[in-house]
Amino acid sequence: MKSRSVFRATIVVLFVSAVAFSQDLASFEKHITVKKLDNGLTVIICERPEAPVFSFFTHVDAGSTQDPMGKTGLAHMFEHMAFKGTDKIGTRDYAGEKVALAKVEEAYSAFIAERDKDVNRDEQKLKQLEQAWKDAITAADKFSSPFINEFGKIVESEGGEDMNAFTNYDETGYNYSFPVNRLELWAYLESERFLHPVMRQFYKERDVVIEERRMRTDSNPIGRLIEQFTTASFAAHPYHRPTVGWMWDLNSFSATDAQNFFDKYYVPANMIVTVVGDLKASETMPIIEKYFSRIPARPKPDEATTVEPPQKSERRVVLHEQSQPIYLEGYHRPDYRSPDDAIYDAITDLMSSGRTSRLYRALVRDKQIASDSAGFSGLPGNKYPHLFAFYAVPIPGHKPDEMAGAIHAEIERLKKEDISDEELRMIKTRAKANLIRSLGSNEGLANNLGLFQARYDDWRELFRSVERIDKVTKADIRRVANKTFVADNRTVGIIEFAPPSGPPPAAAAPQGGAQ
Amino acid sequence: MKRAISAVFALVVLFGSAQVWPQAATWEQVPIPALPAFHPPQPKRIVLPNGMVVFLQEDHELPLIDGVARIRGGGRTVPANKSGLIDVYGEVWRTGGTKSQTGDQLDDFLEQRAARVETGGGGDSTTISWSCLKDDLDEVFKVFVDLLQNPEFRADKIVIAQKGLYDGISRRNDNPAGIAGREATKLAYGADSPYAREPEYATVAAVTREDLVSWHHTYVHPNNIILGVVGDFDSAAMEARLRQAFGSWAKGPAAKDPDVPITPAKPGNYLVEKTDVNQSNIYLVGLGTTRKDPNYYAISVFNEAFGGGFSSRLFGDIRSTKGLAYAVGGGIGTSWDHPGMLRLIMSTKSQTTIESIHALDDELADLARKPITDEEIKRAKDSILNSFIFRFDSPGKVLQEKMAYEFYGYPLDYLEKYQAAIEKVTKEDVARVAAKYIHRDQMSVLVVGNSSEFDKPVSSLGAVNKLDITIPAPPPGIAGDAGDQP
Repeated sequence: MKSRSVFRATIVVLFVSAVAFSQDLASFEKHITVKKLDNGLTVIICERPEAPVFSFFTHVDAGSTQDPMGKTGLAHMFEHMAFKGTDKIGTRDYAGEKVALAKVEEAYSAFIAERDKDVNRDEQKLKQLEQAWKDAITAADKFSSPFINEFGKIVESEGGEDMNAFTNYDETGYNYSFPVNRLELWAYLESERFLHPVMRQFYKERDVVIEERRMRTDSNPIGRLIEQFTTASFAAHPYHRPTVGWMWDLNSFSATDAQNFFDKYYVPANMIVTVVGDLKASETMPIIEKYFSRIPARPKPDEATTVEPPQKSERRVVLHEQSQPIYLEGYHRPDYRSPDDAIYDAITDLMSSGRTSRLYRALVRDKQIASDSAGFSGLPGNKYPHLFAFYAVPIPGHKPDEMAGAIHAEIERLKKEDISDEELRMIKTRAKANLIRSLGSNEGLANNLGLFQARYDDWRELFRSVERIDKVTKADIRRVANKTFVADNRTVGIIEFAPPSGPPPAAAAPQGGAQ
Repeated sequence: MKRAISAVFALVVLFGSAQVWPQAATWEQVPIPALPAFHPPQPKRIVLPNGMVVFLQEDHELPLIDGVARIRGGGRTVPANKSGLIDVYGEVWRTGGTKSQTGDQLDDFLEQRAARVETGGGGDSTTISWSCLKDDLDEVFKVFVDLLQNPEFRADKIVIAQKGLYDGISRRNDNPAGIAGREATKLAYGADSPYAREPEYATVAAVTREDLVSWHHTYVHPNNIILGVVGDFDSAAMEARLRQAFGSWAKGPAAKDPDVPITPAKPGNYLVEKTDVNQSNIYLVGLGTTRKDPNYYAISVFNEAFGGGFSSRLFGDIRSTKGLAYAVGGGIGTSWDHPGMLRLIMSTKSQTTIESIHALDDELADLARKPITDEEIKRAKDSILNSFIFRFDSPGKVLQEKMAYEFYGYPLDYLEKYQAAIEKVTKEDVARVAAKYIHRDQMSVLVVGNSSEFDKPVSSLGAVNKLDITIPAPPPGIAGDAGDQP
């Protein structure tokens, strides 16, 4: 189908882009400075003098995997609290506020103890205790600053852009951008935030997080599917719990729990601060060091967790929803440090990238049974052994089982036949181009450099990951496909259509034209 | 510019190393040096003899070259019985290939170079873009030009595009936030307005290859095109390349942009029943204004103070103080060439639905009772002005801004004047625009939720209009392809 000249052109392209790529790595070496402070915190500065602005990314090596038993959602809850200010920001009188917040915790603890009594719970006493807790909150709120989101107000008034944070299974991250003349202000605010966080207005913010859960999971059929699917996929590892937390836990954990989580995991040795922009490392590092060195050194927490045992049989989760069908399946694979990691990346690209991808061509273009289909690693995280997942979105008139059949046919091809020379070259060319395209923004660079430093203790792995893909062979892909994509290692998640009320129909759901 | 920054930091470092430079104890004590003047590189503007407007923006940081052509004419001029035409066109323009190469052949050719040529359809324009490594420019640009001038719209790809749209139609009631956004838009502009209406099975099925070919012949002429290129190239060489490629392309009839009807729904309370949720999506909605409105700057300050960001009134009151919502926001919408939507948006648990609507009503009533204060104005203006640099901190952003001004007929120095205009906004201006554009009695309330769990019936607000969002059945020809219907 393709002419010889196309092959030749491809080889030329590879050569040329490889040159450009190595030039970039060399120039990045010159522009990046890494320093581990005495307290164990790692600082990365990347000089990118394109405009007088900078972006930062604070990476904390703790995510929802570290949530204590019965307190799911706590890592994410603390992330919200990191916007609530400090002992200097957000208060009228911290000495008074501290005492009042301690009283809130006492009252809450008494309320929860009564609420969770297995026998002899006193309903009237419970009401009194709940009221006492709410009164204590009202008393504490009197000490907080009249402007409720003072931390955010300072960042926004000073020109902060895209202020946000995220929590996932593997880590927690904080980011925004500032004009470059606010570098020292940022160093003050960001270090202060993790030096003296105050758990003020905790229980109101917990209500906000519960609304976040309702929005993302409870009131969204795909959110419900992913939660049930992930829960089914992992029997032992904490990956089976939702990052946002179970509703009971959200209605139970306390500000004290959040403070304890912070004390244990937000230690300098567990944190990497990356800044990228129009900065000179020689001038910036002393400023960052001055402020972030204030955070006291503490022992690196024990983050050992169990290893998910091999799955022995297929698991299936079928949700009957009043929404259109979806098909999802996942296979256990090793963590990101596996020597096969780049091979999984190559499979992702082959199966999922663009209109030449195998799943697009098979399910969308040729069979015309799906509007979208792809396969990818990293569900629900990638720091620990996780899933390589495939999904397909059936178009009207087609069913999830058809999706399974079509995806499995493509997987069988992967196991039995070598991929073509052309496909292998395409994967490698795209890996290099994707890297180049990711280098053009302060935010993207800060995120990538910080993440690779966290995962490999060396930001250069961002570039080496492309070299590893360059070494992948056809035999590697067959070997990994045969090892991973087997039925006993599979969990399936399906949304089947069901009418709004009552059980799912025994026969096929009504087709077209039904109102 | 860089010298100025260095000088400031050099001083700081000197003190630091001498151990006499103290840490700031509070944030107010942290020194903030002046931000050095920054004059971002401006794109070169060229008008070809055939009327095509070109912007060239060099950016030598990475070995990439990207281009995009924006073409006048979009979905808002499509007749109602072909709604969805622009979506089919936007996809099949690319997937349907050119006269000499099928879309599949283009896929192979481009993916081997990790390059992209993509097309799309929007409300007022269509686009065709490319992105490539600089060494592939000759080959990829050839594909771009061929697709721009000689698309084939092959029939097999029209079928795939239609099936994709049928899928979208079948799924449009699955997600409550999607329903709320769509129905709120219908309330603001009127259900039949091109700004609000949705593709349906029948209107997508009615789109033919002749429609796509005819659309292309009607609109794709050099005098209707604004082309922007950014990346690692030499402007003189790129200009020569573009003149060579497009110089002999003859002018065509100018695109006409007819008046688009806007007929807002009757103000009232509207309910969409959704039984599989535990959270309500709430909109208070009306019509906003355009960016050309002289009040635009005062509106920007108002929006920032009222509903923009962590430190706005809505976020502080509804989310942080009352704990009613995770997602909340709003303001007076301003579109480039037609009125935007006036909206207050939030989602809250079913049991606080009516309480939340009252809370939003209070926020609106407070605009008169407790007008936006000097302090709030200062915060809003500081926020807009101090973050102003992020509007033009990359060559690509500067190019995008200029292309938008060109497209909508704004002065090209619009951004330079924006800053001064924001500075001049007063508290009185902000109070005036709030009073001028926000009239609660002309707004509608929309709730998408599970009314059996609400704290009070929606009827406690007054008469209730129940919206029927049932998806109209497909015509017989594609009946077997329709999705499952609740």
